[in-house]
Amino acid sequence: MHELSIISSVVDTVTESLAAYPGAQVKEVRLRVGALASVVRESLEFCYGIATEGTPLEGSRLVVNELPVVMHCVPCSADVTLEGVQSFRCPRCGEPCSDLRQGRELEIEAIEIEEADEVKK
Amino acid sequence: MTTRIVELRRGILKKNDELAVGLRQRYAATGVLVLNLVSSPGTGKTAFLELTLRELKARGARVAALVGDLETDNDARRLAASGAPVRQINTHGICHLDAEMIGKHLEDWAGVKLDQLDYLFIENVGNLVCPSSYDLGEAIRVVLLSVTEGEDKPLKYPTMFNSADAAVITKMDLAVPCGFDRWAALKNINEIRPGIRIFETSAKTGVGLEEWLMYLEQKRKGQGR
Repeated sequence: MHELSIISSVVDTVTESLAAYPGAQVKEVRLRVGALASVVRESLEFCYGIATEGTPLEGSRLVVNELPVVMHCVPCSADVTLEGVQSFRCPRCGEPCSDLRQGRELEIEAIEIEEADEVKK
Repeated sequence: MTTRIVELRRGILKKNDELAVGLRQRYAATGVLVLNLVSSPGTGKTAFLELTLRELKARGARVAALVGDLETDNDARRLAASGAPVRQINTHGICHLDAEMIGKHLEDWAGVKLDQLDYLFIENVGNLVCPSSYDLGEAIRVVLLSVTEGEDKPLKYPTMFNSADAAVITKMDLAVPCGFDRWAALKNINEIRPGIRIFETSAKTGVGLEEWLMYLEQKRKGQGR
């Protein structure tokens, strides 16, 4: 529902980080999005085209890396990956888990840029 | 042309998260217990909060509330009838409150000082999706669910229920006419947030309120000054 504001924030952050690479062109932006991040990949992709228009990110690809929920199971003393977000129980032993280790991520992982080679004199 | 991968590893909501950390430190330093109330529109957050404010005030607690809505100050006016200081935040289309809005409204709130409060309630915009992503620095996130909404709401909105610290079922006075399956609702909440404290309440009859008020007092004392 707030995917457009999320993407606008991505555009701002990437644009700021480009200051260190003058003249570089953005080819790809990679996000890490946890299964509990409350954002939908399709919406992010839809908003990306609109929000990047007229910015240094225009024409670049958006790659959304979706992360499953990982909980720490006390009885198993192990981190376990849940199959979905409908039951917060250990898939091995069936005990309820409340110690979340992964799943709320909403971050820019990396960008791929193309830099013009320096002209040799 | 040279292709280069630049690792950024930046949280997209980093700005909000940083502001929330600052707010949390401020709350902790003043000893005020801050609660963020979230639910769908129409669950009865305002009615539940009206009663909570009134009862806490009657017991001598110092309370205040911030209330978020897209438009109108109707809820602020309803809550102000309790005698507690209340401030409306109109988001004008934004589907959630964020830490910046809270900070701003605390800054110039005439007559209200955090260190003179026991409880500050933040009634979020009615929405079970987006507010889950925005930390307001609260000590306790309370998710509300009414008996008229269906027992499977926690399964439909797992992020919000999973990120909550307490759950309140509202409109228990309507449980029978609505055919509310209490057992299924409790089971679904526990499936998404195992072990969460659940209150079954009615703002109309006052059922469940005593337990809720005891919980608040215990939490406030627990955080210490």
